[in-house]
Formats: sequence, C-alpha cells, structure tokens
Amino acid sequence: MTISLNAFLLVAGLLFAIGFFGVLLRRNTLVLYMCLELMLNATTLALVAFSRFNGTADGNTFVFFIITVAAAEVAVGLAIIVQLYRLRRTVQVDELTALRD
Amino acid sequence: MADFLFYLFAALTVGSALMVALNRNAVNAAMSLFLTFFGMAGMFVLLEAYFLAILQVLVYAGAVVVLFAFIVMLLDLDNQQRKPVGKLTYAAGGAAFALMVTGVLWLFCQEQLTSPALPAEASGSVLKTYGRQLFTTYLLPMQVAGFLLLIAMIGVIVISKKTTAAQESADAE
Repeated sequence: MTISLNAFLLVAGLLFAIGFFGVLLRRNTLVLYMCLELMLNATTLALVAFSRFNGTADGNTFVFFIITVAAAEVAVGLAIIVQLYRLRRTVQVDELTALRD
Repeated sequence: MADFLFYLFAALTVGSALMVALNRNAVNAAMSLFLTFFGMAGMFVLLEAYFLAILQVLVYAGAVVVLFAFIVMLLDLDNQQRKPVGKLTYAAGGAAFALMVTGVLWLFCQEQLTSPALPAEASGSVLKTYGRQLFTTYLLPMQVAGFLLLIAMIGVIVISKKTTAAQESADAE
C-alpha cells in the first residue's frame, strides 16, 4: 500500500470537521448525537493510523477502550433523550429553552 | 489495489458522513451513519487492524446504529414541524467547517510534516497482541471499562424508569 499517513489523517480531519459542522447546523438532538459519534470515530481512525505507521499496538488498544466508552455513552445518552421526549414532547434543541429563559 | 480500496472507502466514509450532517430525515441520517461506520471498518482493514474492523461493524454498525434507528422510529419525529435553519447558523457551521479543513490542509502542506514509512509488519493485526496488552499493561483500564459498562447499564435502567407523577401524566396524554 502506498497510501501515506497524511491521507488517513486528512480523512480523519474531514470526518471531524463534518461532525462539528453537523453539531452546529442540526436541531434534532438525535442527529446531533449521530454527529458527535462521527467526531469520536474520526479520532479512532487517526489513532489506528498512527498506531499502524508507528509500528506499535497501543493505539489499537486505546481504540478498543474508546469503543467501549462510546457504547456506554450512546446507551445513556439515548435514554436521556427518550426521557426528555417524555417530559417535553420534543427533541428539537431550539424548543428546549428552559435553561436559557 | 489497496490504494484504490482506500480511495473507495475514504469517499464512502466522507460522502455518507456528509449525508448524516445534511439529510433532513433522521432515519436516512441513521442509515448514512451505518455506511460511514462500514467505510471506516474498511479503512481499519487496510490499516491491518482486523479485530477493530470487526468490532467497528459489530458494535457501531450493529448495535449503535440499530439503537439510533430504534429511538428515531420510537419517537416518530417526522410528525413535528421544522423551523428553517437560520442564515447565521449556516454561516457559523460553514465557517467552522472551512476553518478546520483549511487548518488540516495547511498542516499537510508544511514541508516538515512528512509521513513516516510504513512498517512491514503490523503489530496490531494479531489478536494475541490485544489479549496480552489488555491483561498486562492495560489491566486496570480493562477493569475500569468493565465497571463503566455495568454503571452505564444500571444508569440506563434508572434513567428510563418513570419516577415522577408529572411524567406519568405526560405519558398518559
């Protein structure tokens, strides 16, 4: 494979930027959460690429832990969103203004 | 061949990530997220992290996306009317995106950031390496991760329980 480390890092950077763009742009809490997952995945791609080009397996082990934490995070976050919907009947962030007003 | 596959997976990942960020329908966004995770698993295979590629498909594409799709359909969000996104939001989002992309590109255009040569043997490709690392060097983080999963499980049960009378009346409506 002649693909350089920089190419992988560029893809990771693009993914992170897209995730950040989505977090700023979207109003639906669920889609916001998906974009957060994208940003998290961008970092895992960078870690795996660094680990491969560095010749060590530590980055891959880190990614293992990141996946564990992300799974727990998704479960808790979605439970919170469902509970929010039960109380407010909406998940649009521009209607959830109880702390702002 | 591997080069072509990299471009294919990179295009798939970035394209479907854009679909996640821009698609108006939440179900379509979840399906695009599935494609994104699949493309990332392909890139993990190219980086010879086979175990992580399988984990990515099982945990992310399997569990996380299904959970997202389940919640989207449970809440049935398409019945709600949407307000159009303001111009300022578009400008801020676009500016943040452009700044990040130019930052990354600028870093790579610098001469001193050259890519290291690819080691012939990938140390992360053998499953044995993970086992040894997880149970020697990273034993404490491994225990903490297991405990975290337990806490998350209990937390989800506690959060999704109906606790107050206001919730019960809101659900009854």
